[in-house]
Amino acid sequence: MAFKLSAEFKAKADKLCAKYPRRDAALIPLLHEVQKEQGFVAEEAMDELAALLGLPYARVKAVVTFYTMFNRAPVGKYHLQVCRNISCHMAGAPGLLNRLRDKLGIAEGETTKDGLFTLSAVECLGACGAAPVMQVNEEYFEKLDEAKLDALLEDLKHGRLPGRAR
Amino acid sequence: MENILLREKVADLQSYFACGGYRALKKALALKPAEVIEEVKKSGLRGRGGAGFPAGLKWSFIPKDAPGPRYLVCNADEGEPGTFKDRELMLKNPHALIEGMAIAAYAIGAETGYIYIRGEFTAECALLEREIASARAKGFIGRNILGSGINFELHLHRGAGAYICGEETALLESLEGFKGQPRLKPPFPAVKGLFASPTVINNVETLAAVPAILEKGGEWYAAIGTGKSTGTKLFSVSGPVNKPGVYELPLGVTFRDLLEKNCGGMREGTRLKAVIPGGSSTPVLTAEEAWAVKLDYESLATAGSMLGSGGVIVIEEGRCMVKLLQVLARFYHHESCGQCTPCREGCGWIEKLLNRLEAGRGTKKDIDTLVSVAEGMLGRTICPLADAMAMPVISFVKKFRSEFEAHAAGNYCPPDAPVKR
Repeated sequence: MAFKLSAEFKAKADKLCAKYPRRDAALIPLLHEVQKEQGFVAEEAMDELAALLGLPYARVKAVVTFYTMFNRAPVGKYHLQVCRNISCHMAGAPGLLNRLRDKLGIAEGETTKDGLFTLSAVECLGACGAAPVMQVNEEYFEKLDEAKLDALLEDLKHGRLPGRAR
Repeated sequence: MENILLREKVADLQSYFACGGYRALKKALALKPAEVIEEVKKSGLRGRGGAGFPAGLKWSFIPKDAPGPRYLVCNADEGEPGTFKDRELMLKNPHALIEGMAIAAYAIGAETGYIYIRGEFTAECALLEREIASARAKGFIGRNILGSGINFELHLHRGAGAYICGEETALLESLEGFKGQPRLKPPFPAVKGLFASPTVINNVETLAAVPAILEKGGEWYAAIGTGKSTGTKLFSVSGPVNKPGVYELPLGVTFRDLLEKNCGGMREGTRLKAVIPGGSSTPVLTAEEAWAVKLDYESLATAGSMLGSGGVIVIEEGRCMVKLLQVLARFYHHESCGQCTPCREGCGWIEKLLNRLEAGRGTKKDIDTLVSVAEGMLGRTICPLADAMAMPVISFVKKFRSEFEAHAAGNYCPPDAPVKR
């Protein structure tokens, strides 16, 4: 099935492009928009964006693959991203990752069969004072321990994504 | 002393304005741009992102008579492990940044500015978006600022998860919609930066200090801190201390005061082993060195480390230094942009050596190889990411060599003990 960017998306794109003297500077913001709509950036979306901005496909692909936030395949409803850098490591991130692997029965980079959870280990999220930290979709969950992690998983299984715990 | 940056109850325009906000902008607009730069030079303000370059001097590098547009870019791509100050600052005092940018833009003659913010900071993004709109509605930014005839349009630009984009020329590449690979210098951004135009790039904390400097004067600011390290600095403290968090303190404060007076000391049952004083790329200090050190650019350089971003990572007795270095190596290997061979290959090589040592399969020779690879990377790449990997390697091995040797002798460390809270 051919993938087409909607007219609405193109109108939004024009607004974003207007922030820059060159339209192609809006490539990364536009990729964020695609991912917000589709959950990931499909090959077809890269083709469409390349055409929209008058760029070679290779330029778009290079950017998508360079930046870790862009998913090239669908992810679960909840994308669990556990920080494993130094401060979170010292505060128990390896234990959290192990617990998630055990409870969900998946390894990093995998998605549960029901499509609910994708598990990733990520690098510093810039919230080291509240380590260990996990990002779920766009929300940060800070000062986690096993009990809090279990409670959060229960919430998520029932479709509740609590607001930022700050 | 009262905080200049991390202030309470100024997170929206109304309350910021009620506390005297945007008076500095009005004052600046009544001066000549060169006078604004002079005031910032007088303050001694230095870049707070890590490099510590004098801000006023950086602004003065913009060619006076260059035709065409100039740009001001705020580096809000906070990603140096152990650093979380800009996030806090943007949440608590966003208008200090917006006002600081308006003043800086006027000083360098830029009509357009971008805040390049870390992609993951969605809440911060939303807040800044909202506050930029309020500032525009009140005429503090936008067209004809406060009736002065000066224009300054400010845009927010989200990154997408690449540590390297904190390096200023990689940031520019990213802002132009490319992979974030650093540029060769010269030309420096002041001459040929964003969209090949003269550009100044400053860290959030640097720009947020500008309104206070304009309002109270460069000399007032220069009186805070030590001789060459003026003003206050945000320290992000993480690790097993009682109150981790962000603290604003005059430069030159002792590590002891930061830890004991501000952070409530080490968590019960833990003892200080080592400190990484300025974000993960700065050389590690032993506890003994840390207890004696003052936190400013010169004192930390004398102690063999760097102030960096002010990300203070506290490490307790019992922590395996080989394991921690392995964590850092995995990070730098992942974040190397791949452009320069010493960094691309070196970071990977170091990670492999550490994986081997950590698994108890390493040899004594591997320890020397670690150091020689790191030394081979120093200063041989386009940007400092290679140095950022090499410096921890060299300092960890130098100061904690016995732990590396114990690993090589087969006495490798047990898995991490559960965290005590």
